[in-house]
Formats: sequence, structure tokens, C-alpha cells
Amino acid sequence: MARITAGITSSHIPALGAAIQTGKTGDDYWGPVFKGYEPIRQWIKRPGNTPDVVILVYNDHASAFDMNIIPTFAIGCAERFKPADEGWGPRPVPDVIGHPDLAWHIAQSLILDDFDMTIMNQMDVDHGCTVPLSMIFGEPEEWPCKVIPFPVNVVTYPPPSGRRCFNLGDSIKAAVESFPEDLDVQVWGTGGMSHQLQGPRAGLINKEFDLNFIDKLIKDPETLSKMPHIEYLREAGSEGIELVMWLIMRGALGDKVEELYRFYHIPASNTALGALILQPEGMDAEPPAIREQVDA
Amino acid sequence: MSDKKERIDIHKYLAEFEDIPGTRVFTAQRARQGYNLNQFAMSLMKAENRERFLADEKAYLDEWPLTDAAKQAVLNRDYNAMIDEGGNIYFLSKLFSTDRKSFQFAAGSMTGMSQEEYAEMMLKGGRSPEGQRSKKGGY
Repeated sequence: MARITAGITSSHIPALGAAIQTGKTGDDYWGPVFKGYEPIRQWIKRPGNTPDVVILVYNDHASAFDMNIIPTFAIGCAERFKPADEGWGPRPVPDVIGHPDLAWHIAQSLILDDFDMTIMNQMDVDHGCTVPLSMIFGEPEEWPCKVIPFPVNVVTYPPPSGRRCFNLGDSIKAAVESFPEDLDVQVWGTGGMSHQLQGPRAGLINKEFDLNFIDKLIKDPETLSKMPHIEYLREAGSEGIELVMWLIMRGALGDKVEELYRFYHIPASNTALGALILQPEGMDAEPPAIREQVDA
Repeated sequence: MSDKKERIDIHKYLAEFEDIPGTRVFTAQRARQGYNLNQFAMSLMKAENRERFLADEKAYLDEWPLTDAAKQAVLNRDYNAMIDEGGNIYFLSKLFSTDRKSFQFAAGSMTGMSQEEYAEMMLKGGRSPEGQRSKKGGY
């Protein structure tokens, strides 16, 4: 049977993709960010840690979905997904190769579990999906695993509640565990952490909120999932609402998790960046040699 | 009904957004107001449209049913004014990407700070949430 072996969180900001493309990953500004990801890159290469499939939870940034169609939860069921042209031309990265059998199985299971999914058989994927792949897998000719893109609306209000996201994660776990093929599946929650990209309040960062969010996500996601939208907006900035997507990842890992790695850094362009590796109870992957890099 | 759920009061939910300083949440009302502006921005995902737009911005904008204020905001690259017209930053990103500008450029342009000042603020840890959470509460 398939099983969920780990959860990863990552930023997905386009500036990270641009830093890779322009060879700036070692400079004073971006160097610390890529150094912070290095333990994840090394960890995921180890035998047993590279997943067969990643369920990649992200938000589409007005690329696949315009103002005409706004699905709350969508799942990519296609064979492959091309990088979207977001105005700069498509990111020069490999196509994302899907896992249609697993994706359709998850879609069916989620619908039976009362999550009314939108099924995407054709979809371009934007930086929300491809930047985390670049940050964690580097610049390979082909991505080392299959990817099921899982877009969540956090752009047009209201986005789903944290509670709904957390419960969705739990249903994804059940769906994966009922898939008959023997597959290691990771769930990635992307976006965040605190940031605001609009208006006179742009540039808001709340380190205290972010680090508390990480602690709660690990130890008490049940309580965290009840946090209302207004609190995300007030505390973490208007785009900090992306953090509800981390609760989908967390819900998919079960009750207890082990924290294998934590990275937190300010700033990455307009944002505070958080990246984690979490492992469900009962998995026995060795953690990275460095367990934590958190800005003082 | 066996499992009665706790419902959120939608009026209270929406009203709270107005209490956040310097922020316009992309509600249904704004989504409706900005429909054409946002769809215009989406059209810039095609290279041929970007070329046509850059060659004659006004003519390109005139193909869209936009208010004069929205057109002027685009021509001026006034992102606060575009958001006032119902624009959303992720849609508008197609416009600043067409200009070869970054999210930091666009975000900074809305704060009244220079690009250098804004970048410097981010390097120093960003804008503090103190006093920025609630207009009424002042916290």
C-alpha cells in the first residue's frame, strides 16, 4: 500500500526561482537562504528519503485560474503539467510529471469523504508549484519523482478555513493509505510565512507569530487549525493567509510528528521564509546532520 | 440534523477586514469591481499580447471595458490605485513582470517609501506588526 513518509514546508516565492536563474544563489542576499535549504536537499537525496510521489499543495497565482474559474481545492490528474508563462516567459524547468492513477484515486476518495474536488486534466503550473521543486531538488534534467499539483484558493476571499484544510489533510492521508500500489508519498505545504505584498502595510513581517505557528503546527495543530482568517491577516499580513496550506500537509501526517529540520529566515524579498521537514510517528528516517537554522 | 455546525457570520467576517490598516482584502466585492482589470492583466501572460501592450499601451487598454480611473492607474503604474479599482496583486503581477519588475518593486511602490528604503526595511526584519493590526484597537 502507499504511505505518507514525510511532510515538507517551503516558500514558493518567484524571487527564489529568479536567484537560481541568474546565478545569485551564493551571494550575500540569497546565500543564507540556499544554505538553509542545503540540509533538505541532502536529506531528500538519501536512499529511502526520495519520495515516489509528492502531493504539492500550493496556490495558483492567477496563472491556471483567472477570474472566471475559482476552485477552492483542485487536484492535477494529468500525465504532465507545463510551467506557466507568468509574464516573464515560462520558468526554464522540467515539466512536472503527474501520477494520474494516484491523483484520480485521491480525487475519488476525497469526494466520497465530502471534499468536493475540482479535477484538472489540463493545467499549467506556476511558481507556486515549481519553485519549491527547484529549492529542494535543484536543477535536474527531470524532477526525481512524480508530482500531484494540488492548488488551493487563497487569493479570492474567502479561502478555506484552517480547520477545513487540516481535515482535508487527514482525508488525503486516508486516500493515500488506501491506494494499492507500494508508494512513498510526501505532502508538501508551500507558501508563507508572514508577508504582505499590497498597500501601505506591505512588508509586514511577524517573527514571533511565525515561530509560534511552527511550534503549534508540530505540537498542537488541532488548536492551530481553529485560528480564524482575521488573525492570519492581522498578524501575518494579507498574504500570510497562505499558511492555511501548511495545515493540509500537517493533517496528512497524523497525530504525532517528529521535527527533523527547521529553517527560518528574514527576509526573502518581501517575505519571512520557513522550511521544515516533518516525519509521521513510526517512520525512522535519520534527520539531517544540522537540525535547525533559525535567524537570531 | 445530527451534527449541527457552528456558522461564521458573514457580515461580521467581512466587516473585520476593514479594520486592518493599509490593507485591502480581495473580497467578492473587489473581485467583481476588478474583473476586467484583472482579466486585462491575465492577458499579458501571452508574449504577443505583451508586445502589443508595450507598443501602444493606451490602444491596448481601450480594447478592455475598463473605467478611466483603472486605465489611468495602469498607465501610471500606480498599484495602490489599481487595487482601489479592484485589482489583485497576483493578477497585477503580470503587468509588473511585463515591465521586468519584481514583487519587491511592486510591493515597495505601494508604501510611499523609495525602493532603497523599502529594501532596507526588509533587510532589517520587515515592517513590525506593532500598531498595524487593528485601526480601532490601535494595537
